[in-house]
Amino acid sequence: MAFDNETTLWLSGNEAIALGAWEAGVRVASGYPGTPSTEIMENLSRYEGVHAEWAPNEKVGLEVAIGASFAGARALATMKHVGLNVAADPLFTAAYTGVRGGLVILNADDPQMHSSQNEQDNRNYAFAAKLPMLEPSDPAEAKQMIGRAYELSEQLDAPVIIRITTRIAHVKGVVEKGARRGTPEPSIEKSPAKLVMLPGNARVRRVAVEKRMQALRDLVETLPENRIEPGTGTRGFITSGVPYNYVKEIFPDAPVLKLGMVWPLPEKMIRAFAATVGELIVVEELDPFIETHLKAMGIPCRGKDLIPNQGELNSFIVRKAIVPETIGEIFAPLDLPMRPPNMCAGCPHRGLFYGLSRMKDVFVSGDIGCYTLGFLPPLSAMDSCVCMGASIGVAHGMAKALGKQGEGKVVAVLGDSTFMHSGITGLLNMAYNGTYASVIILDNRTTAMTGHQENPASGKSILGEPALALNIEELCRALGIRRVSVVNPHDVEATRKVLKEEIEAPEPSVIISRAPCVLLPEEVKRQKPVYFTNLDNCTGCSLCVQMGCPAISWTPLAPEEAVARGYREKQKGFARIAEVQCNGCGQCACVCKFEAITKKEAK
Amino acid sequence: MKQSGNILFSGVGGQGILLASELTAHAQLAAGFDVKKSEVHGMAQRGGSVEAHLRYGKRVYSPLIEPGAADILVAFEILEAVRYLPYLHRSSTVVVNTRKILPPAVALGKAAYPENILDELKSHHIKVVPIDAFAVAESVGELRTVNVAMVGAMSNFLAAAPAIFLKVIDRAVKPQFAEVNKKAFSAGRAAVRV
Repeated sequence: MAFDNETTLWLSGNEAIALGAWEAGVRVASGYPGTPSTEIMENLSRYEGVHAEWAPNEKVGLEVAIGASFAGARALATMKHVGLNVAADPLFTAAYTGVRGGLVILNADDPQMHSSQNEQDNRNYAFAAKLPMLEPSDPAEAKQMIGRAYELSEQLDAPVIIRITTRIAHVKGVVEKGARRGTPEPSIEKSPAKLVMLPGNARVRRVAVEKRMQALRDLVETLPENRIEPGTGTRGFITSGVPYNYVKEIFPDAPVLKLGMVWPLPEKMIRAFAATVGELIVVEELDPFIETHLKAMGIPCRGKDLIPNQGELNSFIVRKAIVPETIGEIFAPLDLPMRPPNMCAGCPHRGLFYGLSRMKDVFVSGDIGCYTLGFLPPLSAMDSCVCMGASIGVAHGMAKALGKQGEGKVVAVLGDSTFMHSGITGLLNMAYNGTYASVIILDNRTTAMTGHQENPASGKSILGEPALALNIEELCRALGIRRVSVVNPHDVEATRKVLKEEIEAPEPSVIISRAPCVLLPEEVKRQKPVYFTNLDNCTGCSLCVQMGCPAISWTPLAPEEAVARGYREKQKGFARIAEVQCNGCGQCACVCKFEAITKKEAK
Repeated sequence: MKQSGNILFSGVGGQGILLASELTAHAQLAAGFDVKKSEVHGMAQRGGSVEAHLRYGKRVYSPLIEPGAADILVAFEILEAVRYLPYLHRSSTVVVNTRKILPPAVALGKAAYPENILDELKSHHIKVVPIDAFAVAESVGELRTVNVAMVGAMSNFLAAAPAIFLKVIDRAVKPQFAEVNKKAFSAGRAAVRV
């Protein structure tokens, strides 16, 4: 393979999609970070001739892309699967307005929930919104398909959805680079009957949507993205996306109908293929989407009676489902201590959650971000987490249901980026309808979980250029919250005091817990002190260990070992800080009452 | 020369597994193979177990290694080596960094770090190649080269010549860190007995 040259690149699916969008002539792109979609916008922002931006949420992102399309520019909106729920409102009506410049919605599903709260199969959105959906099988195809998606979008006057999954987004493969395509200059062109969706106009467009679907059903029969790969044997497969690879891996010689467009389906092609095989098996990840439509067509097939409808597939699962006799020896797993993700050493969230962990009768309504890890032991300080921004509405609803008995016992916790994504309206609701519940905004100056993206409060654009920074406390006051306080979560004791006071207050309050994420590049570079343990002073109280910092570990002692070390016989062990791992936050020194944890010079 | 193969990387979030797998992928591409590599980003990276799958051959479809099919496991931590036992087979080679990183339950004193756990691999006739990659990184004067030292150790078991890896490091690493990383690669390569 000629790899070492200018035109053959080694790219992740997300990098390939960014390249494909640039080559297609995309001028405007907007999205909200969300694993596994994030790197698309990050990469696209670095190309010349594209305005790429982080929107506060996916709904705004899609609306921005729709506007750019109305101006005649090719536009892209990116999001993870649950982001399309947020953007569903503009999506369904954009299906009616159609497009001027090509409009592509890049949707990244996360089977197995590697980094998500649910496992929804967004192929269902294409069906429900009556929109075409393409599904690539690897990074090279993802790049190709995005160019095709823009052609189809303009040809059909429809937004086109591309569905990828984690194993496209974060898989690297060989990709061919092309040139950027010229596209018409954007301009104002009015067509109110098509773009103003009040009922009279929408009813007309409703008919156009159905006409378009009919045209599309004819088109898909000859679309090169749908192809029959002839083979031998009586067993034939219909598959699409990443599972296509698993079929090819295990059945390299079998006949395969590969669907590059998963909605609408090429019914004639499917019927013709089905007629040539003895047994038809649909191999798809998550829902029986293709299978259900095949059965509605009256085409006999097998699918989810063999292949699981939950979790990510791989070639082993497909093998086990269809040809288990080909499985060789597999060693059984050993019973080992688990290694779940954990908040980093020096994470500011830890100080805040330590405070909450001491308030056992308080219900902590959580949210989506690194801080969801506050749920894990030893802190175990989160009681619910539904979706982006939900913490505030949930806390408000609990307080309304509980009435007096819940006073001083209900608090919402969410991050700065999550607050801006969809917490602001929840807070407005609290102020408007009144509550005693409190809201903690964990302001670590970045969108940390997805890898440190800028946001409307970080003071920088996606390219790191200076941007207006939202003043969160002023916004909270403007919404009608009178009690707004700011704490430094590394000062654990002061934070606890404020928490107690504000949670007990009989009116809505906001506590902003503000300290930068330790993994931000400027924080990594900053000279920080290191803390170390004076083992002579350690009494084995284990308060510091209860913070769950990865730099602190516990060494248990038998009574005779305790005595040999000069401790009381009853002392069960001692705590120790691994100085190489310490990020110098000092939270542990705050909670130690025996001067066993001391600051050392900056490292 | 082997015409296809599966290399699994495992360790703890933050250990530099992505760069290690990236260098290996580039070396295999330079050797003329098709390569696919699968990574996990996001929540799993926060100090949890992480893995990267690398598959090479004439034409690679699946980006994921099947259980029982990893030819080489490059494990950055002992527990993270034995955790992947179901991915190994009787002629697998496991290159393992012997520095322990305590999982939370062990750090909290609620579980013990299993003793002599690498014997479990040996008892399945798996070839275990231990390396103190931290000591290698220390010896070249840059603790952040643990991952490249691991690639060096692993390179003994691939056909790609060390020169290919050195060239790949030159291209993948910032110029000011290229020399020390190349040193770490060579020291890692020399540190294990093949």
